[in-house]
Amino acid sequence: MTMELFGVAASLLALFAGFGVLIGLLFGFFGMGGSFLVTPALMVMGYETDVAVASGLAFVFATSVIATLKHRDLGQVDYKLGVLMIAGTTAGIEVGKLGLHWLQDIGLADTVVSVIYVALLGGIGVFITYTATRGGGGGISHDAEGEGDLDDEDIPDVAKKIQSYRIPPMMSLRGGISVSLWLILAVAFATGLLSGFLGVGGGFIRMPALFYLIGVPVPVAVGTDLFEIVFSGGIGSFLYAIDGAVDLSIVVPLLAGSALGARLGASATDLVDEDEIKVYFGVMLLLGAVAVAIRKGGEFADVPVLQTVSLVVILGAAALVSGAVVVSSVRALRSEYGYATTTAD
Amino acid sequence: MFGLENASGIDGAVLVVGVVLVEAIVLYVGYGLLEQVFGPAIVDAVSGK
Repeated sequence: MTMELFGVAASLLALFAGFGVLIGLLFGFFGMGGSFLVTPALMVMGYETDVAVASGLAFVFATSVIATLKHRDLGQVDYKLGVLMIAGTTAGIEVGKLGLHWLQDIGLADTVVSVIYVALLGGIGVFITYTATRGGGGGISHDAEGEGDLDDEDIPDVAKKIQSYRIPPMMSLRGGISVSLWLILAVAFATGLLSGFLGVGGGFIRMPALFYLIGVPVPVAVGTDLFEIVFSGGIGSFLYAIDGAVDLSIVVPLLAGSALGARLGASATDLVDEDEIKVYFGVMLLLGAVAVAIRKGGEFADVPVLQTVSLVVILGAAALVSGAVVVSSVRALRSEYGYATTTAD
Repeated sequence: MFGLENASGIDGAVLVVGVVLVEAIVLYVGYGLLEQVFGPAIVDAVSGK
């Protein structure tokens, strides 16, 4: 007989809570949102594409609410920019959702979303691995505490070219920036499309777009991005929940585990230098891409065992890297204590 | 879960998003309290103090 809690198998709740702890620990430690591993993992587990995307989006909403509570406020937000972006993002989410449902109706949603995730996880994984091996940070998190603007030479030429198109109406933003309304709406629409189609927060696109394309200072980009995710995550979850696609038996335990893991991960940053093990995080994302590819390949080749292999790869990679974070933290804590007692003696 | 397996439409969506929002707030407060109460003891135990 299967034990149930709240009408759901206890083993399933434990699986998602455990996976949530790993996700929270990893992304709390590395200072990123965990959404882009949740949706592919749910697809690897065999959930329908819209359920995986909708539940990923609800997870994004909840984690952004917790991030906002943690910081007590949203930081430096340009509310005019934020509200304009919510309008563009909401339209993007709706179009993304309609596109996903259309692809689902013609039986292509799983394949298209899988291919995009292989590219996305692979791309981000390569970027993080590359920057980690070169000693770089590899992205900006919501915990970033930058003060200033980017130097002009840091802005890529393509971004300068896009910024130079001054199509009216022009909007005045914080910091005396003047930017075309259409550029703001285009950035917001594009990230909303990603959210609605892939179930991700989109911060990894929106933050660089805010400071490279729109030109807002980094602290304002960070605060406005969080403001954006709280609202767009909520709106996106709501739009998908209307269709009954958000599965609470996934979101509730995943969030319970993730919120705990994120606290552990954030505490571990005081003990271990994230740059020392960031390369493993990059490799883990690459393995996530491999897992999605294996699963899809297994479907095409009609080899069911590859479904299990892909699940083992994605969960195993997350477990190994979070294990490395925990082991490094415990070692650091013990050596710190050992050092303290030695000097006290 | 919570009898909301078949929740859909505007009312169902409000309930589902509401559950997620309430859970996020409860987890933030609850884990914060647990960390304050048990955090130091756990750190001592892990560090072998």
